Amino acid sequence: MPERAHAGLARLRRRPEIWLLLVILLVGGVFGVTARGFLTLPNVIDLLETYSVQAIIAMGLFVVLVSGGIDISFAATASVAQYCAALLASRVGLPVPLVIAAGLGVGVALGCLNALLIHYFRITSIIATIAMMSVSFSLLMYFSEGRSVYDLPDWWTSRVVFLRAELASGDIVRITLPIVLMAVVALVTWALMTRTSLGRQLYAMGGNPEAARRIGIGTGRLTFFAYGYLGLLAAVGGMVQAHRVGESVPNAMVGTELAILSAAVLGGASLTGGIGTVPGVLLGIVLLAILQNGLNLLGVSPYFFQIVIGITILVSTSITVLSSRRGRRLRQLGGAPAHG
Amino acid sequence: MADLSPSRDRARSDFRRSLVRLSGGHPGLTGLLAALVLIFALMVPNFLSAGTLNAFMYQLPLLGLLSLAMVVPLLTGGLNLAIIATANQSALLMVWIMRTLLSPEAGASTTLAVIALALAAGLVLCIAIGFLTGALVAYTGVHPILVTLGTKSLIDGISIYLTRGMALSGVPEIFSDAANATLLGVPAIFLLLVVVAVCVGVVLKHTPFGVACTMIGSNIDAVRYSAIDTRRVLVGVYTMSSVTCFFAALVMLATFNSASADYAQSYLLVTILAAVLGGVDPFGGFGTVTGLMIALAILQVISSGLNQFGVSTYLTVAIWGGTLILVVVAQSARGTLPPFLARLRR
Amino acid sequence: MTEEQPFLRLSGVSKRFGGVQALDDIDWEVRRGEVHCLVGENGCGKSTLIKAVAGVHAPSAGSIEVEGRNVLPLDPGRARALGIQVIFQDLSLFPNLTVAENIGIEGALGGALRPVRRARMREVGREGLERLDFALDLDALVSDLPVAERQITAIARGLAARARLILMDEPTASLTRAEVGRLLGIVARLRQDGIAVVFVSHRLDEVVEIAERVTVLRDGRKVGTWPVAEVDQRRIATLMTGVEIEHEVVARDMSAAPVLLEVGGLSRRGEFADVSFGLRRGEVLGIVGLLGSGRTELALTLFGMTRAESGRIALEGQPLSLRSNRDAVRAGIAYVSEDRLSLGVVLPQSIEDNLIVALMQQLKNRFGLMPPARRRALAAEWVRRLAITIPGLDRPVQTLSGGNQQRIVLAKWLATGPKVLILDSPTVGVDIKNKQGIYEVVAELARQGMGVIVISDEVAEVFATCDRILHMRAGRIIGETVPGAVSEHEMEARIYA
Repeated sequence: MPERAHAGLARLRRRPEIWLLLVILLVGGVFGVTARGFLTLPNVIDLLETYSVQAIIAMGLFVVLVSGGIDISFAATASVAQYCAALLASRVGLPVPLVIAAGLGVGVALGCLNALLIHYFRITSIIATIAMMSVSFSLLMYFSEGRSVYDLPDWWTSRVVFLRAELASGDIVRITLPIVLMAVVALVTWALMTRTSLGRQLYAMGGNPEAARRIGIGTGRLTFFAYGYLGLLAAVGGMVQAHRVGESVPNAMVGTELAILSAAVLGGASLTGGIGTVPGVLLGIVLLAILQNGLNLLGVSPYFFQIVIGITILVSTSITVLSSRRGRRLRQLGGAPAHG
Repeated sequence: MADLSPSRDRARSDFRRSLVRLSGGHPGLTGLLAALVLIFALMVPNFLSAGTLNAFMYQLPLLGLLSLAMVVPLLTGGLNLAIIATANQSALLMVWIMRTLLSPEAGASTTLAVIALALAAGLVLCIAIGFLTGALVAYTGVHPILVTLGTKSLIDGISIYLTRGMALSGVPEIFSDAANATLLGVPAIFLLLVVVAVCVGVVLKHTPFGVACTMIGSNIDAVRYSAIDTRRVLVGVYTMSSVTCFFAALVMLATFNSASADYAQSYLLVTILAAVLGGVDPFGGFGTVTGLMIALAILQVISSGLNQFGVSTYLTVAIWGGTLILVVVAQSARGTLPPFLARLRR
Repeated sequence: MTEEQPFLRLSGVSKRFGGVQALDDIDWEVRRGEVHCLVGENGCGKSTLIKAVAGVHAPSAGSIEVEGRNVLPLDPGRARALGIQVIFQDLSLFPNLTVAENIGIEGALGGALRPVRRARMREVGREGLERLDFALDLDALVSDLPVAERQITAIARGLAARARLILMDEPTASLTRAEVGRLLGIVARLRQDGIAVVFVSHRLDEVVEIAERVTVLRDGRKVGTWPVAEVDQRRIATLMTGVEIEHEVVARDMSAAPVLLEVGGLSRRGEFADVSFGLRRGEVLGIVGLLGSGRTELALTLFGMTRAESGRIALEGQPLSLRSNRDAVRAGIAYVSEDRLSLGVVLPQSIEDNLIVALMQQLKNRFGLMPPARRRALAAEWVRRLAITIPGLDRPVQTLSGGNQQRIVLAKWLATGPKVLILDSPTVGVDIKNKQGIYEVVAELARQGMGVIVISDEVAEVFATCDRILHMRAGRIIGETVPGAVSEHEMEARIYA
């Protein structure tokens, strides 16, 4: 059926992931030609590892965005979870599983606190999470007095290499723990959101919360899950970050909120809920990553990078909104009444 | 209340109404402010002193002006995440002009002319930024969070790129003297806040533009159907927000004697907290400058009081956030707490 | 037929919202496999009753039984498990999901980690649509579908969830006649399958066409239930309103009055084509046609919200070039939208601000400020002139009844001093008494020399208000009549033909 194929193609063309992929290929191609060392395996692997923390947290934020909410507090959550775990490991000397469990527990608890404020006290998610961010981050700075924890135990900071290969060029590439964790988290999130009942319910709630309630979807449960899951992944991200740098700095993660949010939105996750995919969000991160890395390799000042991010956000969101608006107008004219 | 006679009931409600009027329409907030002042007065020996008041008047203007810049778009259901980036860039531009064009031996008139030029340039920059932001919000229909996230990134990026992240100093003495002058003991920057707040308040409450802003915050389509150019109003909203940032930039120059791309960045989210604490509806449509000012006073009293206790600023910010959560929870708890408790019991 | 147990039985159901008694001691039965119509004026409690049955609102008193078993307390999940499906007026679909996902969503509920298979969802979706004998693209996003197809999707979702009783809230409100016919066919098919259907409608012709029994509600109380064979449309209308409403035909011959507004060959692609007519001073001109006939689109162009691609508009002989509705208002054209709640009033804001919003530029003093006293005086004057009942000028508009809200919209525009007033479905959601009041306002305005255009699909309404009627279909004016020259019934038949 050619008509069917045509409809499928049209649908494909409206997916932001496709456009994003094209842009990435284009930008990647340009850098591949102009920036020496950009399209080499070591560079790509290095990029993967550098952006693993952002990607892990973005997966959690993606779930919250799909559910129709927003969270600004995840970087603070990640810092608190990381620092608590670091203290338990270095000062108290708890065994490995307990340290990890405590870190993750702190993340989940902070996420659930957000959900509590949002679901039971009906505080707008952006306000609730901004408030929670100032509370948890400020308390962390207060109690830590801004002091870093340098003496993390070896099990935490030593590099875990899953695969090691020597290239013909003599470079050595390693698939390390952050990369593997990122892949696992992305895969789990993808399966959860597309292959389980929970995922369907989250999309449904994000698309039309009132209708979701009417068909008996427990929106409270889902809210707790979404923010709790983000809290969990923020904690994972926080601990991976400490693993990579070998120390726990209380304010190391602060300021990444807007970058991660930009990546998710670039990847097609909608701020109004119900729309977005795991591959899209990952592509959003990839785009920001290769822009930064490519410009860096070209010798462009790192200070220039933020300008590029700003322009990228403005251009891509405007194009998305404007093109979908045009599509809607055309459909209106072709179809039945525009009401309803 | 069945036993109350109608007349007593009326007397009571009259009393309540006059209380509400006395508090500028925000009885709860004013009560909280009074309670805080009282508590700190009792617990901190020298809290009720000229020194505290002075510190209050020097510290409030920056956050106050930035919060005003945030409130205007919030009223229309939007947001301006670029306020601090705008203020910083404007301050940077002004300092750059002043220190480039002024040599130490320049005469008074040259100095004044250069300062005037710098101020004009800073103002024009803010107007341009606001105009562009407003046009993007109004004509593309992209959510203001995203637009201003983009403009914030862009403006910050340009500032950082041009300054390499360094602070610029070189504010001429005349300028800092004037900015740090006092009138009857009141600092000039505090007077600036008062004047700007009154202007913003009057514009929002008593002009067609202001009424259109709050109406747009509730339902932009109905306002458009009422023969109001909503796009032009939105452009005006972000321009006004940006111009308020210009005054914030002046306060920054007065306070820090220099400019940098990363001054006051931590205030961004605090301005939203202050607005919501002051009763501004984050979805738009409702909110007053009076409420915002009371909320700012509450935040500043907490900060001054704790400061005299010797508490770190970090704890202050945490308590600010906690206050907001408590106030908003108290507002919504009346409706939701009973069913929630019932559920817990079950 | 033996006297069997009904599928659903409500006894003594009441529901209060704050000070409002939305439902008052309702006894009601729905039999297995019957088509039952529920009718009543706006605000009579129809929606509340449906929500009580759907488990959305818990009744304050009374019992609800399904097949003889008390099912209270009811929640939406339990109601669905009992086979009660509601198709709400807003359809409650998920615009971000595909047709198949919407239909199969029920199967995706339950345990959090239960796997959901896409193929299975598509299968459920196809089955649901097949039972309705309908083909839709299963992978299309619901946000891309026209209203009629969204409705089909909603019904298929109910079927996929093994419904035994489907309640449809105003399902035909936004459908064309052909689509309504198709929907009625679907209802007949559901009945054959033994599924009971409760149909809420305000179009009495449909009620008489498909229902076996009809229940009338008024002011939260049940007036009664009758087999359709025993009542006719006029009788149902009387039962709904509690009064014999006999609209007089008021048409006057206005052909001697000077022409006020002249429209010639007006076209806009995809909306309307070659529309020409004249409106005379003091004349009330009706434009009838279904939703989507181009009637609202035409009004929006006359009001400057959209631009015609060809043709001309002239007011008092002066050609108009309207670039925005501000130009239209300046020229003296006002438009009261059909969608009062989202385009007419700003619900949460004060009555005063809603009254002055279109007139703010004229309230400014030389400092550009609007003195509060002047604002208040203007608002108070219009409240008085249109006899609007309000609790206070500072209160939000949403505290008013539909009729008073509509008067606010009217007052807002009358304050701008228009020469031409366009009323688009002016009495939607307005109760009978206020309807009559609005008709009187229209008549008075016409007497003062204003030209009024009334757009409506209620024939009784245009007969009661207009001097002349234009009939629009598919973007064109296809006929002109004078009220009284044909019967209401005949006119209705023409519109829905």
